[in-house]
Amino acid sequence: MFYTLLLPPLLGFLVNGVRFKSKNAKLSGVIACSTMALSFISAILFFIKLMQLPVDQRSISIQLFNWIKVGSFDVPMAFTIDPLSIVMTLIITGVGFLIHLFSIGYMSHDERPAKYFSYLNLFIFNMLLLVLGSNLLIMFVGWEGVGLCSYLLIGFWFTDPEKASAGMKAFITNRIGDAGFLLGIFTIFGLFGTITFDEIASAAPTTPVELWTSPITLSCLFLFIGAMGKSAQIPLYVWLPDAMAGPTPVSALIHAATMVTAGVYMIIRLNPLFLAAPNAMLVIAFVGAITALMAASIGIVQTDIKKVLAYSTVSQLGYMFLAVGVGAFGAGLAHLMTHAFFKALMFLGSGSVIHAMHEEQDMRKMGGLKNQMPITHWTFVMGWLAIIGAPFFSGFFSKDEILWMAYHSPRGNFLLWFIGFVAALMTAFYMTRLMALTFWGKSRVPSEVHPHESPSSMSVPLIVLAFLSVFAGWLCVPHGLSSVLPGHPKNFLSDWVRPLMADFHIPHGPNDLMLEFSLMGITLALVGLSALFAFYIYVLKPEVAERNAKSMKPVYELLLNKYWVDEIYSKMLIGPLIKISRVLWSKVDIKIIDKVTYAISDMVRNSGGGLKMVQSGNLQMYALYILIGLFFSLWFLMGR
Amino acid sequence: MLSDMIIPGLGHYLLVAGVLFTIGLVGVLMRKNIIVILMSIELMLNAVNLTFVTFGYYLNDANGAVITLFVIAVAAAEAAVGLAIVVTLFKNFNELNIRFFEHLKG
Repeated sequence: MFYTLLLPPLLGFLVNGVRFKSKNAKLSGVIACSTMALSFISAILFFIKLMQLPVDQRSISIQLFNWIKVGSFDVPMAFTIDPLSIVMTLIITGVGFLIHLFSIGYMSHDERPAKYFSYLNLFIFNMLLLVLGSNLLIMFVGWEGVGLCSYLLIGFWFTDPEKASAGMKAFITNRIGDAGFLLGIFTIFGLFGTITFDEIASAAPTTPVELWTSPITLSCLFLFIGAMGKSAQIPLYVWLPDAMAGPTPVSALIHAATMVTAGVYMIIRLNPLFLAAPNAMLVIAFVGAITALMAASIGIVQTDIKKVLAYSTVSQLGYMFLAVGVGAFGAGLAHLMTHAFFKALMFLGSGSVIHAMHEEQDMRKMGGLKNQMPITHWTFVMGWLAIIGAPFFSGFFSKDEILWMAYHSPRGNFLLWFIGFVAALMTAFYMTRLMALTFWGKSRVPSEVHPHESPSSMSVPLIVLAFLSVFAGWLCVPHGLSSVLPGHPKNFLSDWVRPLMADFHIPHGPNDLMLEFSLMGITLALVGLSALFAFYIYVLKPEVAERNAKSMKPVYELLLNKYWVDEIYSKMLIGPLIKISRVLWSKVDIKIIDKVTYAISDMVRNSGGGLKMVQSGNLQMYALYILIGLFFSLWFLMGR
Repeated sequence: MLSDMIIPGLGHYLLVAGVLFTIGLVGVLMRKNIIVILMSIELMLNAVNLTFVTFGYYLNDANGAVITLFVIAVAAAEAAVGLAIVVTLFKNFNELNIRFFEHLKG
């Protein structure tokens, strides 16, 4: 059964890869979707199988073959299906299936659909390797594989140089993170002598190591550099907004729901190790919180619908890192799951809009689409309510838990809560702005464009994801909320992954409940105000928005230009790098290395040229040489 | 005057063989005509034969004579092959000067 989980996407990749020239979007899509369906069904079967096992034995190991064996370094090609990896697998194959389905409609006019679907399937295969692998090296293989597929799909329309270079930017930025990830693997192997997850978990010290320079802290920070690259955190987040150059379903699958959460997954998977390094966790929490804030602030002024969603993704990923950084791994996983649903929904919704608008992505040319596209609009509303944290929508539960833990956890503090809180207000503002500019208000659609609702292959995934966005939160109801809700719903997700979590005691005080609800109340009230304010200035009084943009021009410019981070990087890093490379090329490479190699080759050629004189073709000269040789041999043998 | 006559000894035989060998060697190295070179090779072979029988006689060892017979047989074969090559060369190129055949230079 394991083969039917892992291999169908690979098979789909091969089949569609062989017939990559095919223009038949429907057939290619059906092949790809059926492989995904097979994987998803297998994942569900595994999930049922795990449920039937006793709580402490919920882990299925599958060893296919021995991969690397060098001395004490032993890497089997082994996979582990346990509560954590099955949650990820269900998200990947489930959301992946819906997005494959959506792609059939979206890519129907494309010239190379078979190629597209083969890349998409290859991505799923690598993602499964990443989450199912039972050691860091298999995870790294998947990690690199998804990076490759991300590059291929961002640059899918590579004839446009801008899109091709966006792909390269993503690939190279990820490369920096991957170097960190590799260093992390090396230090872990040096530290514990193993790279298998369960052995690391049992070898990790149970008492925190406070020292900044201790090997544990360093290895955690190295791994986090890898997570920064893959999961788009400051300072390596710059590739994700540009990655929107790819087809929109790709943005939904890779750059919102699955691949970018790999870093969060890795940290949750290695939670015993990270808990032993409180300093590294502090760094993670702050990087996450600041990323959440900064990306949200950029999202406020972007005009490209996909760019807003991209910055929103960066921001939400920041929340996940904030959660795992304060030790709330369950909350991080919960937000990972709910975010996968509502962000995939919104990306697919934006894809539906873009498709209807004939590839127009500028929100200033939209508006009033709610009448032409009712399904897209209403599903998008569900996503919007989920992400801003409207009560009892999925984002409400997971985000509330993260903010509460940021304040309450022994590793958290007020500052972390406050940053997360401000980011939540901004989230409400920019998402409402997106809704207002796209669906509500007066239509600014050019007269030659006639938006229409998308075909059912596109709207069905939207409806399913909208359903999940609304209700998935009930799987992860925080402890505080469940004590006041009727029926006391349990936190299924947190209980489900508990066997994999290292002991991390979060104290409960008598006033906690009061405090939690007052913080939640403040957040909810201000989020509501923020959303209303956005609704007011973008729907009711559009001129106010323009006036505000003018009156706060410096701030507006700063945000519109994304804090000039790209410019700073190209000035501070890329420019000097090119200059140094140029010097190394013209001075070191040409003047030293090339000269040495040329000298050696000249020596060989000259000596050969001299020696060839000897071979004159004159037989009698040859006889003379033999004679001379004979003479010297005899002279030598006779003892000189 | 028998006593006045020089009685040939080992040294004389070897001297004659050495002179013969040198003449043959110089012929191989200097002459241009392929047939003459072949003849010079025969001369060298015979010089060697002479040393073999001489040593065989003086050391009272029959091997010297035996190996000479071998060399004569091999030399006959070699002469046959060599002359056959010379004949074909002449038929093809109408030339017997060894300096003409220098196509194998580097």
